Amino acid sequence: MPLSQEEIKGLERKAWDIRKNIIEITFTCGGSHLGGSLSQTDVLVALYYKYLNIDPARPDWEDRDRFILSKGHGGVGWAAVLGDKGYFDKALLKNFNKTGSPFGMHLDSLKVKGCDASTGSLGHGLAIATGLAIGAKLKNKSFRTYCMMGDGELCEGTVWEAAILAGHHKLDNLTGFVDRNKLMIDGPTEQITTLEPLADKFKAFGWETLTIDGHDYAAIGGAIEQAWTIKGKPTMIICNTVKGKCVDLMENQPSWHYGGLNSDLRDQALACIDSHYKTILG
Amino acid sequence: MAEGMSWSVTDGDKLTQAEIYGEVLSQLGDRYPDIVAITADLATSTKIGRFGKKYPERFINVGIAENSMFGLAAGLALAGLRPVVSTFAVFTALRSAEHVRTDICYQNLNVKIISTHAGISFGQAGSTHHCTEDLAVMRSFPNMTVIAPADGIETGNAVVAAMEMPGPVYIRIGRGFEPPVYKDQNYGFAIGKAITMRDGKDITLIACGVGVLHAMRAADVLDKQGLSARVINMHTIKPIDRDIILKAVQETRRIVTVEDHSIMGGLGTAVGEVIVESGKACGFKKLGVPDCFSIVGYPEDLYHHYKFDADGIVETVGELMRREIEEDEDWEDED
Repeated sequence: MPLSQEEIKGLERKAWDIRKNIIEITFTCGGSHLGGSLSQTDVLVALYYKYLNIDPARPDWEDRDRFILSKGHGGVGWAAVLGDKGYFDKALLKNFNKTGSPFGMHLDSLKVKGCDASTGSLGHGLAIATGLAIGAKLKNKSFRTYCMMGDGELCEGTVWEAAILAGHHKLDNLTGFVDRNKLMIDGPTEQITTLEPLADKFKAFGWETLTIDGHDYAAIGGAIEQAWTIKGKPTMIICNTVKGKCVDLMENQPSWHYGGLNSDLRDQALACIDSHYKTILG
Repeated sequence: MAEGMSWSVTDGDKLTQAEIYGEVLSQLGDRYPDIVAITADLATSTKIGRFGKKYPERFINVGIAENSMFGLAAGLALAGLRPVVSTFAVFTALRSAEHVRTDICYQNLNVKIISTHAGISFGQAGSTHHCTEDLAVMRSFPNMTVIAPADGIETGNAVVAAMEMPGPVYIRIGRGFEPPVYKDQNYGFAIGKAITMRDGKDITLIACGVGVLHAMRAADVLDKQGLSARVINMHTIKPIDRDIILKAVQETRRIVTVEDHSIMGGLGTAVGEVIVESGKACGFKKLGVPDCFSIVGYPEDLYHHYKFDADGIVETVGELMRREIEEDEDWEDED
């Protein structure tokens, strides 16, 4: 069922909080992967606040949906969501990146409740997600596995090995996302190694593909729900996004893949985010 | 071995390590309904396909795609299954090392890896298919248990024992047939507990894998020369049996290690670490593949060429026996 305008407003308000929290954590921790954390936020918010069948009070619940953040460097944004959902005390995020903290830049599944798999080395997530999806079928479980990849990591061969495997096994309990912000550390993806036509590539590997605006909640929700109805193959949702979304000075800037914030930059970034959401939410 | 852990393979003394592995894994299928067997187009070569024939619904062939295979195994373990993965050692330990480390060991997942064609046991294939680095790589991964069974019978025991423990286990075996060193499976195999194959007081040969056979043969020759050689089967490289090494240092003062692996980083290095940290004087020599890519040939010729067959061991023992070793009788400071 399509998201109501009220639901969309609620998700936008949540994304507002999460984006501001990403900025605050980054200010405290000295540096984080801001660009990709801001580009992935809306899909994560849609999943965690609307679509995932999860219970933060039971992080090991056998029948929960699984979410793998293959682009593990988005960990700061993921941790902001998990903390807000109540998997752990949000106050712990003040120690993000600090010596001895359970939270490094790339989340560790043995230390962070709600983190279904440790990621960070790019190109690993889709194979793990494929294992979870096949595992669900072998165990006659109805949980669904979601995997978000960065577009840059699609250069990794393991992604395509896993894509062949998931297509071959017709894993209709697996939904992938590509956070297609079109930037890698060293520049635009299409200048470094061409990824397009990206949807055609996944199609050729046996996937259904949907291409959406990854900041439009109606589109994100529609695609996630459509994927539930597609039988006999996995679905890849290519989400066109803006790296550094909502912070003008970071948007589409490869240099903000990773960075630290002084108090002036923090204040500028928070003001940008407030201004963005005041405009759209009135 | 604990009651109920026995397995049964007819003509076990005539089968390769891999054949016994395939048979034993198949026998475990009913006991462990959560086993999922996985390979990368090597169902026949590694013998994991025997499980697949018996339990096709629990068998996944990913094609020639080792990296995603180890990620897949991690995902299956996260879903509560018990994946068993087989490919050649060179692909596990080198091509897919990071996937084994990060996807499996970092998350301490219950994945059992049985790799075949280890060392130079696939001698004719050349260095692309040799693997003289896997023990070095695998023992450096936290949470990983590393086993190099002496023969097919011990391979069966190791596979059963691996299933009994949680967490990742790496078992490396050879390719072809070698005469077994054990007559039957009931000799008290336990992970992390080395086996004294024969006692001796002049020198100790510590071996793993096919090296145990060579060491036993060498001990027979040495016996005829009037030398009493102790032979230890160090089937578990990690965690290593420190006590049995220190006892050998104390009682024989001379140790030779024997392995089908590079002399850098494997059994010899692991034993050497224990000896050096003990602070005790001990004549010590590592036998295995030196720091080179092996020549091509039949395994038995290569073992002879690199001097870790019986002839080579006897020669090295002779050299070591001629060396003066400083005596140190103060063992009270040992922890």
